[in-house]
Amino acid sequence: MSIHDFIKKIKNHEIDIVEHTYKLIEECKEINKEYNYLNTISEDLALNSAREIKIQLKQKNKNIKNKKLLGVAVSVKDAICVKDVETTAGSKILKNYKPLFDAFVIQKVREEGGIIIGKTSQDEFGFGGFSVNVGIGFKVPKNPFDIDRSCGGSSGGAAGLSQKLSNHIALGESTGGSIVEPASFCGVYGLCPTYGRVSRYGLIDFANSLDKIGPIGKNIEDVALLMSVISGYDKNDSTSLNTKNENYESHLKKPVKGMKIGIIKEAFGQGVEREVEKNVYNGIEELEEEGAKAEEISLELPIRYGIGTYYMIATSEASTNLAKYCGMRYGATEKLEGSFNEYFTKVRSSNFGDEAKRRIILGTFARMAGYRDAFYLKAMKVRTLMIQEYKKAFKKFDALVSPTASILPPKFEDIEKLSPLQHYMIDVMTVSPNVAGLPHLNVPVELECS
Amino acid sequence: MEVDRKLLEHVAEVARLKLTEREINKFLPQLKEALEFFSQLKEINTDNVKPSFQPVELKNAMREDREEECLSQDDALSLTEHKKDGYFKGPRAV
Repeated sequence: MSIHDFIKKIKNHEIDIVEHTYKLIEECKEINKEYNYLNTISEDLALNSAREIKIQLKQKNKNIKNKKLLGVAVSVKDAICVKDVETTAGSKILKNYKPLFDAFVIQKVREEGGIIIGKTSQDEFGFGGFSVNVGIGFKVPKNPFDIDRSCGGSSGGAAGLSQKLSNHIALGESTGGSIVEPASFCGVYGLCPTYGRVSRYGLIDFANSLDKIGPIGKNIEDVALLMSVISGYDKNDSTSLNTKNENYESHLKKPVKGMKIGIIKEAFGQGVEREVEKNVYNGIEELEEEGAKAEEISLELPIRYGIGTYYMIATSEASTNLAKYCGMRYGATEKLEGSFNEYFTKVRSSNFGDEAKRRIILGTFARMAGYRDAFYLKAMKVRTLMIQEYKKAFKKFDALVSPTASILPPKFEDIEKLSPLQHYMIDVMTVSPNVAGLPHLNVPVELECS
Repeated sequence: MEVDRKLLEHVAEVARLKLTEREINKFLPQLKEALEFFSQLKEINTDNVKPSFQPVELKNAMREDREEECLSQDDALSLTEHKKDGYFKGPRAV
């Protein structure tokens, strides 16, 4: 059943929303036993929302029939604030943090009758591509097709749950590929919007000039639906784009005939697994059969220098953002003793995981006097060149195609052997569109099982 | 550029992190490897290129200087155990 049909049945009283939500929560608990997709299941909040909808339907409230997400379960990446629901961004330093407000996207989901079912697991603060860099005390989510493999990251829980749970759409978040890459590993659709299209108000920052909230779902219709709900101008986010709202669903039926598609030359060949390459080419062929015109284009700068540019920008911004976690006002605390610096150091050293510490150190280094010009500022300048290169490409093409990830989901035992730099390389296809603020979409083409 | 133990400990201190012996031995070669790789950016000529601190062009977003509703004092204090007489309580300053 599509989500559209589901909503129709809710509106026509063919499905009892409270009963349905109760069963769905039980299903989440069952899935979570094996796959660890949810850090928190917000059972009370979900059931209360369902009861509220039931009452309004009974009272034949006029507005209720116009709600775009009526009764639809929405999971939320743990980096997005939901009022009174534990929100940790996957970090021990935010354990027990219950926000006093809803993020902009959560307000929108609630206004449209969506039901928040819980907070999905992720790499700590989004620092990873395999969801194995979870914070101290958190569980690693597993691939829905093979529990010995990664479900990708950092929105790993969101992507895995999208594959496993029907009548559900996920809110993910991306800084360098964290929506599309896990979507690819879990065989679902993921849309990372243009920077500024969706408000970041209430998102726990990783890197302010890169972070974007976007939908992940089993069908492209679901993704378009949630995107239409969450996009739009927000005065509380100074980087929010003040442009006309789009109805994303209206684009779904448009033919691809006549579309010009650029195949990124450097995204194929060396370092790309044969099955990945084969299936992406098959996908391109399908588009050509529908009348799209595909042609190769060289984009050397984004593919060759994307990782360096991205990691210098992302870690620099992350190191300043994470400076606020110091055991005061909210989040983890320790016994108050010693000087300011001794206390802050104690709280931070015992609550951040390894990857968070590495990125704080990398970013602090890249911004330090003596190194700033060679690393931080250099990366910001290369970003300008990258944006120019993409602008040139989009004069000729309507869309660009590459694999989302160069490899199939790896086994956990193989991920363990990777150095942090090798781990960073998983983002090679996705970091540059993020650096340039470009929207990108994961489209599943084939399921490869080995 | 020499990334050594001294530099690592200095950067960690600036970032208010105290690394254990285990962490220093683990992180040092990892950070060396990463920074050497990121140094490849110097191959790109960026003379006369302006930095892009944001991916899209933005204008200053200002609002009128008017009072707006904000968190109540009780709410603001509700998320920590370290508080006293309506204030946040921190470690000693002097």
